[in-house]
Amino acid sequence: MKSESNLEKVLNQGIFAVTGELGPPRGADANIVREKAKHLKGRVDAVNVTDNQTAMVRMASWAASILLIQEGLEPNYQMVCRDRNRIAMQSDILGASALGIHTMLCLSGDHQKFGDHPKSKKVYDLDSIQLIDMVRKMRDESKFLSGQDITQAPKMFIGAAENPFGQPYEFRVHRLAKKVAAGTDFIQTQCIYNMERFREWIKQANDMGLTDKVYILAGITPMKSLRMALYMKNSVPGLDVPDWVIKRLEGVDKKKQADEGIAIACEQIEEFKEMKGVAGVHLMLIEWEHKVPEITERAKLLPRPTCQ
Amino acid sequence: MIIATKKQLEDIKEMIKGYKKVLNVGCGGCTSVCLAGGQKEIEDLCTQLTICLKGDQVVFEINGFTVERQCEPHFLEELDEIVKPYDALLSMGCGAGVQFLAERYPEKPVFPALNTLFLGVNKDIGWYEERCKSCGDCVLGMTGGICPNAMCAKGLLNGPCGGPQDDHCEVDNEVPCAWVKIYERLKAQGRLDNIMKVCPAREWQDQVQGTLVLEAYRDRYAKKDK
Repeated sequence: MKSESNLEKVLNQGIFAVTGELGPPRGADANIVREKAKHLKGRVDAVNVTDNQTAMVRMASWAASILLIQEGLEPNYQMVCRDRNRIAMQSDILGASALGIHTMLCLSGDHQKFGDHPKSKKVYDLDSIQLIDMVRKMRDESKFLSGQDITQAPKMFIGAAENPFGQPYEFRVHRLAKKVAAGTDFIQTQCIYNMERFREWIKQANDMGLTDKVYILAGITPMKSLRMALYMKNSVPGLDVPDWVIKRLEGVDKKKQADEGIAIACEQIEEFKEMKGVAGVHLMLIEWEHKVPEITERAKLLPRPTCQ
Repeated sequence: MIIATKKQLEDIKEMIKGYKKVLNVGCGGCTSVCLAGGQKEIEDLCTQLTICLKGDQVVFEINGFTVERQCEPHFLEELDEIVKPYDALLSMGCGAGVQFLAERYPEKPVFPALNTLFLGVNKDIGWYEERCKSCGDCVLGMTGGICPNAMCAKGLLNGPCGGPQDDHCEVDNEVPCAWVKIYERLKAQGRLDNIMKVCPAREWQDQVQGTLVLEAYRDRYAKKDK
């Protein structure tokens, strides 16, 4: 074991893993985090805690992660390259490890232009792949990026994201390979709707032997409505929503669209359970955390294992 | 070349108000080429300021003078006598030019009339684009002659983020994704190997003030210091 991460234990035992997501509040209210956590507890193996997602200021991801630990959940502490240089990142990683965070996700981060401080100064001292490499070095070599010794290494289970639908398509699997070479232990993908392209991508990853070296969790975001599906299709960069998704939502009554969205997600999860190279699913229910119990139930992902 | 653009007239007016006699110094170098601070722009700004400040102030005089380049000491020499009667200087050079003027005439307030934008190219008349961050550690050999530091909104070094849409940047859909271009160019040249390996964290060379003294001149300036 590389860490004390629950997610690592689940994946190592070959159990189909389930991760969830929680966005910290835009305020100092710990109860908001605790309330959202209730919907996730016992239903996922780890919970991604986003780091100022879409560049909107929110409660620090490490702080919300600690609140989750207090509630008996395992946080997957997200860290983006946008806001911190290598000094701050390494310092935060040591602090997170000291406070009992064992799993982290290394991301570039959304550009500040999308957020509430669009004219703030970006950092990007490192990119996401260099961040992965740095955390691996801290954990495995007990060295800072500078090469100097760490007195006690942070034992992190290292995650990263990948978007099989980003351009250029043919480079995507090679970018995955770079993340694996840098030292990522698991990957959570962008929300998947275009199953055909995802199957191609995972096949490439299988053929290159990458899925023997890294656990891949397939990203799932159920559509709440036709409106959401159209927005995701037309306005969210890097997403690929095929027409069949739109047609299925159009085909049902407006009140039944959320139900249909969940049905589609459950069908996808069934396929992922059988798909070579896929080790689990990552449920991104953005401000829809209370639906996690229903989806995990309907997708037959319960009960979650208790790993020692 | 260095690309600059004129500040808002209101902002320039605010900086120089209260000064009775102002010399507006143009630059025949980069800011002249990018139509921001050459002879013509000096004349236009002097006219505009005269019109808008004459009403507010009883006494106001502004004159223009364009030097060959504001970043060269020997081109500034000719200003030494000229500046004497003026209360303040306005510079239509880049930020380096403004500072070089201020350094040469420390008793005179010097104000920038331009905002210096970037190190770029002249795509066409009146169309300039950034190309270089002068980072001091050029990676263009690896990236097929396209700078990921200057051209990628996140300055990524290991390939594109997840966001390119129709080969354009997620931050601005008018701007092509630098990494899509890098990929396409290296692919066409059969050099994709360049970007298949992890590019390690950079050792940033631009985090303190840059000074370059060529080896051959080191003795000369060491003596001068003494």
